[in-house]
Amino acid sequence: MAERSFKKEVQQLRIPAGEEFRGEGILAITKGLLQAGVGYVGGYQGSPISHLMDVLADANEILEELDIHFETSASEATAAAMLAASVMYPIRGAVTWKSTVGTNVASDALANLASGGVTGGALIIIGEDYGEGSSIMQERSHAFAMKSQMWLLDPRPNLESIVQSVEDGFELSEASNTPVMLQVRIRSCHVHGRFITKENKRPRYTLKQALENPVRDTTRIVLPPASFVHEHEKIRQRWPAAVKFIREKKLNEFFDGDFKDIGLILQGGLYNGVIRSLQLLGLADSFGNSRIPMYVMNVTYPVIDEEVIEFCEGRRAVLLLEEGQPDYIEQNLHSILRKAGVTTHLSGKDVLPMAGEYTTAAMKDGIEAFLKAQQPDALATHAAAAADEAGATSLAADLEALTTPVAKPMQRPAALPMTFHPKVKELANVVPARPAGFCTGCPERPIFAAMKLAQADLGEHHVSCDIGCHLFSILPPFNLGATTMGYGLGAASSSAFNVKTGKRSISVMGDGGFWHNGLTSGIGNAVFNKNDGVIVIVDNYYSSATGGQDILSSRAENPDRATKNPIEAAIRGAGVKWVRTIDRTYDVAKMRDTLEEALTTTTDGPKVIIAQSECMLNKQRRIKPLFNKAVKDGKRMVKERFGVDPDVCTGDHACIRLSGCPSLSVKDSGDPLKEDPVAYVDNSCVGCGNCGEVAEAAVLCPSFYRADIIHNPTGGDRFLAKVRSAVIGFLQRRRAARQTRYAL
Amino acid sequence: MSTVTSNIVLHPGTPIKIAILAMGGQGGGVLADWIVEMAEQAGWWAQTTSVPGVAQRTGATIYYLELLPESAAHAAGKPPTLAMMPTPGDVDLVVAAELMEAGRAMQRGLVTPDRSTLITSSHRSFAVGEKAALGNGIADPNKVIDAGREAAKRLMCFDLQEMAEKAGSVISASLFGAIAGSGTLPFPREAYEETIRHGGKGAEASLRAFALGFDAAAKAPAAPAPIDTSRATPDVPERAANPEVQALLQRVKTDFPAAAHGMLVAGLRRLIDYQDIAYAAEYLDKCAQLHALEARHGGETSGWALTCAAAHRIAVAMSYDDVIRVADLKTRGSRFERVRQEVGAKADQLVYTTEYMHPRLEEICGTLPTALGRWLEQSKGIGGFVKRRMEKGRRVQTGTLTWFLALYAVAGMRRFRRSLLRHQIETAQLREWLDRVVRLAGNGQQALAAEVLHCRRIVKGYSGTHDRGDKRFASLMAAADRLAAPGTDPAEAAATLHKLLEAAMADEEGRQLDAQLALLLTAAKGNTTNSAQFSRQAA
Repeated sequence: MAERSFKKEVQQLRIPAGEEFRGEGILAITKGLLQAGVGYVGGYQGSPISHLMDVLADANEILEELDIHFETSASEATAAAMLAASVMYPIRGAVTWKSTVGTNVASDALANLASGGVTGGALIIIGEDYGEGSSIMQERSHAFAMKSQMWLLDPRPNLESIVQSVEDGFELSEASNTPVMLQVRIRSCHVHGRFITKENKRPRYTLKQALENPVRDTTRIVLPPASFVHEHEKIRQRWPAAVKFIREKKLNEFFDGDFKDIGLILQGGLYNGVIRSLQLLGLADSFGNSRIPMYVMNVTYPVIDEEVIEFCEGRRAVLLLEEGQPDYIEQNLHSILRKAGVTTHLSGKDVLPMAGEYTTAAMKDGIEAFLKAQQPDALATHAAAAADEAGATSLAADLEALTTPVAKPMQRPAALPMTFHPKVKELANVVPARPAGFCTGCPERPIFAAMKLAQADLGEHHVSCDIGCHLFSILPPFNLGATTMGYGLGAASSSAFNVKTGKRSISVMGDGGFWHNGLTSGIGNAVFNKNDGVIVIVDNYYSSATGGQDILSSRAENPDRATKNPIEAAIRGAGVKWVRTIDRTYDVAKMRDTLEEALTTTTDGPKVIIAQSECMLNKQRRIKPLFNKAVKDGKRMVKERFGVDPDVCTGDHACIRLSGCPSLSVKDSGDPLKEDPVAYVDNSCVGCGNCGEVAEAAVLCPSFYRADIIHNPTGGDRFLAKVRSAVIGFLQRRRAARQTRYAL
Repeated sequence: MSTVTSNIVLHPGTPIKIAILAMGGQGGGVLADWIVEMAEQAGWWAQTTSVPGVAQRTGATIYYLELLPESAAHAAGKPPTLAMMPTPGDVDLVVAAELMEAGRAMQRGLVTPDRSTLITSSHRSFAVGEKAALGNGIADPNKVIDAGREAAKRLMCFDLQEMAEKAGSVISASLFGAIAGSGTLPFPREAYEETIRHGGKGAEASLRAFALGFDAAAKAPAAPAPIDTSRATPDVPERAANPEVQALLQRVKTDFPAAAHGMLVAGLRRLIDYQDIAYAAEYLDKCAQLHALEARHGGETSGWALTCAAAHRIAVAMSYDDVIRVADLKTRGSRFERVRQEVGAKADQLVYTTEYMHPRLEEICGTLPTALGRWLEQSKGIGGFVKRRMEKGRRVQTGTLTWFLALYAVAGMRRFRRSLLRHQIETAQLREWLDRVVRLAGNGQQALAAEVLHCRRIVKGYSGTHDRGDKRFASLMAAADRLAAPGTDPAEAAATLHKLLEAAMADEEGRQLDAQLALLLTAAKGNTTNSAQFSRQAA
């Protein structure tokens, strides 16, 4: 069960042809796949395309009606290899993942696929996790397209164009026997927009047909001599075929403008930002009408020489807007123009940032700089531009310009930042950072609290981290972990530290990473090389960081997948001798003791600790309704919640430094003698018990209490309560009397 | 799908631009979707984007919307091209679901005086950095409001979280109401409410929260008032019912300057509650002694800083948190009531609490008569035995008779407290500390003496935390003695010690303190203007 359900949204996939679809980019892409008659879909979840996988999972019913096979691949490599079905058979297949990380994992299969080429359309939908909101290294998927010679689509970020490019992608792939990558940026994945639908199509050739009539063609297999032939095919047949198709179908777009001597060349994905930049410079409207001509590359690889020359010839200068680095396209354009003897001046990263996201502001500045040099009259007499200049030159002038209200409503918006204002500047010392952290009640928190305690006893150790929620251990308040080398590679990244010494390396790995590749790359490797280190596998029953999808070891009943395959069995099967399974990570003391045992035991070979407790986000989603229903039905239910006694807490916050739970906060003590705020648990507490366990294990303080709230108490409960409160109440009143007697 | 246009016409129509800053779990997405649905219902073209990613996990994130009338699109003859992200200086409405997020919006340049209405909830959800501080790490909210007054065309700031809770809903609903009430968007109240109803589940509660937010915004002042962050000074009652207590109160009023009355009363309250009248009287004696010294050296000029410091710190030091105190606080009827309220228990529900206690040998010995305690501490065999048997985490169910009676009995040991080991240890420390203060005050080093009193702030918590505090307190006292040495400008010495105290509270490992102490030493070797030099390097 994924974190978010799309059951309602997927009904949009049934919208009949010619009607308007309104929804999220992800959902639109799925609709596009159905309209294009896709035969099978696979992939691996990860932001920004996690929802694409979730949508498909929830749409399984519809997919089956259309004879479409969907599966959640074990890894991006698996997904890429899945496209092998389109090598021999005219079946359209699509896979998706987070890029560039996913493409890294998949590139072996992709390279083989691209070498042999495809018969049926093969589409790779990559969520380009670049810029704000990204959680990975900042690289470009562009390089993969170039090295394996796959075509790369980067459509304009409106649903109509994106959906269209899904269909175009399949056709282009078939026309040129080449896999095609469709790149969607983070915001495009989540954008809400609209487009007119077409009929959903059944695949014209099904997997069933393929299995019943197997085809085999050794010239498609990557093995000498065929492999040598493939390279020449790419150049002699596939490339020209692709260029022909792209030109004929006009996949790239030309937009006319008034200033004929200059022009803009841009990646399709940047289009909306460029239009807004021009608008802010008074050169475009809200509907894409621009006074400067534009050549929009919805296909960013291959670059179509003829189109580039066509666009540049007769222009004094053009500006290329290409996000990210290296500047592959810019280099390419230079060589095209040079070879063709076109003298048009090409601007690009000379006026735009070499690295980093191309925000509207960044592109506006770049275009402005370009125009100042090439077409100053285009900027002349524009209020905003003038004001910006003032802003750059004199603060005083700007403050005035800002604080004097604008007389008449401005024709066009003026982007006039305020960040230079002293009081706003000063906020840098006030506004705190908000590092991502573990959710309220997260079962991974106690694991790292225990690790901190173990290190307090046995000294600092080298900790290798992995990809997943548990990576938040490197952030405050835990500050644990030295490296992270990629998904499932936590244990592998400790493999060098396989030397006998007083201290052992600690590696962390999530259940997601474990099944993705960690079992072989980490565990298997450690067993085979007799690694002496400690490996902690965090098993929270889901692939949680990507949105709570099921995996092999999930405990959920899943009609479409085989779950409940214990990690311990796999590990023992791989030959690990020392395995400890902790089925309640909240037992901080036990967790710490187990870690210390693993770090000190004399047993050789890897020490593997499987720390398992259900992801609290998903658990709450699962049990809350059940609990409330039981209470409604009058059943006796006990709700646990934690709290802090403000008069016992002394406001040192050691508990917070060992926990960082969002529900564990601070508030004024209300005691004039206690100036430091005291800890306090807000009502978002889910009663996981971590704070109490930590306070106990770390011998912190007795301030924490667990409150058991008994809903619908039984007669027995009430009787016992009467007896207790009779005695207790009497004694309490006695003592309270003294306080009132000496009241001040 | 290629379009070619020539002799370009720029069509009128500029979208309304909205940025919503929220933290994971605050429902920023829901709010954005509501606005989109409402706009589309009203015949507008609406686009929203966001960059959730890891921000969903407690981080901060931005939702960005643009709205344009469909009529404008028809006039232009094609769909609008809307931006995917906010541009600094080009946003009409900025909504922040938490105060510091409003600050973040301003830092990003999204709020400008010619355009932007800034609606923010005044409540705070503290960042981990603020919570984890050893002392008080909470950021100053008024800095944000100040900046907002200058940066925004209109600033609205009220506690939308509270309103949501009052209505049994979530902040996205009260924010939606505040947007409606602010009148910044061209939609009638009904349109908003209809959107919520259409959402279905939880609609009633959402509508209540919406209404509260709406009214708050509709009635909002031109500029919001600053948030009062000052701490209430304790009240000084006219008289106390009990004659002995009244006598003490009278002493406070006659023998001490008004500036110290509040703190002294708070101190008396704490110590009577902690031990007894006599103990509170001892406290007044100690304060009186220091006050006399300060008076001799013209205390009024410094606003009786030393006396106030004494009133505060000595009360805390004398009411050290021992097992008896904890047992007392845990078993009180008022506490049982407070817990019921805090967990929001209804009348027909039963509440039982479980305490997490972990007594160490030190605590056990501390609760024994001095001699016995000392003997047990030293004795390897039995001490070790007790350590093994007793020293473990205990889940104390205060609501059950056995456990309650046990704790009640421990609390009852209050009357023997003076004869117990822990008391001897604490009194010894107290004496040494106060002797130092008296010495300094006697030499006319009032400011330094006051700082020495304030250094006691670092001694708090239990077990390990308390030990850490003790150690740092000791090194602060050593530093104080060094600073008291002749040749140091008294004012600077006090400032230096204050800086050291701050350093001691800067990090758990004590790195800052060590660093600054090292600087102090090297400086001391140097020459007489050491502390001046030190403070420069420390800055």
